[in-house]
Amino acid sequence: MAERPEDLNLPNAVITRIIKEALPDGVNVSKEARRAISQAASVFVLYATSCANNFAMKAKRKTLNAGDVLAAMEEMEFERFLEPLKEALEVYKKGQKGKKEVSEQKRKDKEKKSDLESDKTREEEEEEEERMEEEPDAENEVEEEEVEN
Amino acid sequence: MVNLKNKIEQSNKKNISLPISRVRLIMKSSPDVSSINQDALFLTTKATELFVQHLAVSSFNNGSGKETNSLSYSDLANTAEETETFHFLTDILPKKILARDYLKSLEQMQEEEADY
Repeated sequence: MAERPEDLNLPNAVITRIIKEALPDGVNVSKEARRAISQAASVFVLYATSCANNFAMKAKRKTLNAGDVLAAMEEMEFERFLEPLKEALEVYKKGQKGKKEVSEQKRKDKEKKSDLESDKTREEEEEEEERMEEEPDAENEVEEEEVEN
Repeated sequence: MVNLKNKIEQSNKKNISLPISRVRLIMKSSPDVSSINQDALFLTTKATELFVQHLAVSSFNNGSGKETNSLSYSDLANTAEETETFHFLTDILPKKILARDYLKSLEQMQEEEADY
């Protein structure tokens, strides 16, 4: 995988915004400081990932899950993050559930539509069957042979 | 300080700003990581934002910037060295010294050795 070094950095504009929102109004943040914080954030992601991955491997899982990340935060001594993280996760999951329900509903509506259409054809087929039963038994014998095959 | 807390809480309410796709890219570059579930991805992204806030605020409070109302690189480097939870950053946030100060301390060391 050819990843250029810049790709492992986080977007400067967003980092700057987060810094500004965290500090009191009017604090002057040097360009160097901003760049350093951005790099620190990338290192944080790597450290957190590696730590979370250890928990996953211990549990013999190949997929990192939410529990692993939370355990990593504790391990890294960022317990202060745990409560806000859990709250944010709740909001996120509800949002995901809502999206899922919307697409589920769309799917159900689609099915309903095609059900109505197939009901029509079924009615037509039933009428056909009734007509067929009135015909001689020879037809039925043929059908039985097919079943045996 | 109360205002600061409210500010941070407010920004936390509108879920996340950092792009999940970029965070995922960084996570995948870590060796031995096979796959990452959606919730874990979200949590890591959110945690990174909290980390940026925490590093900025800690460095600002810890540093001399409060008088000058600024945050400089050296505030960050000092915080990385002085605060345990930020020790993992000391390699990428090394303290800087002026070249002439470094040469001076080199000279001093050489003089001390000559005395033995």
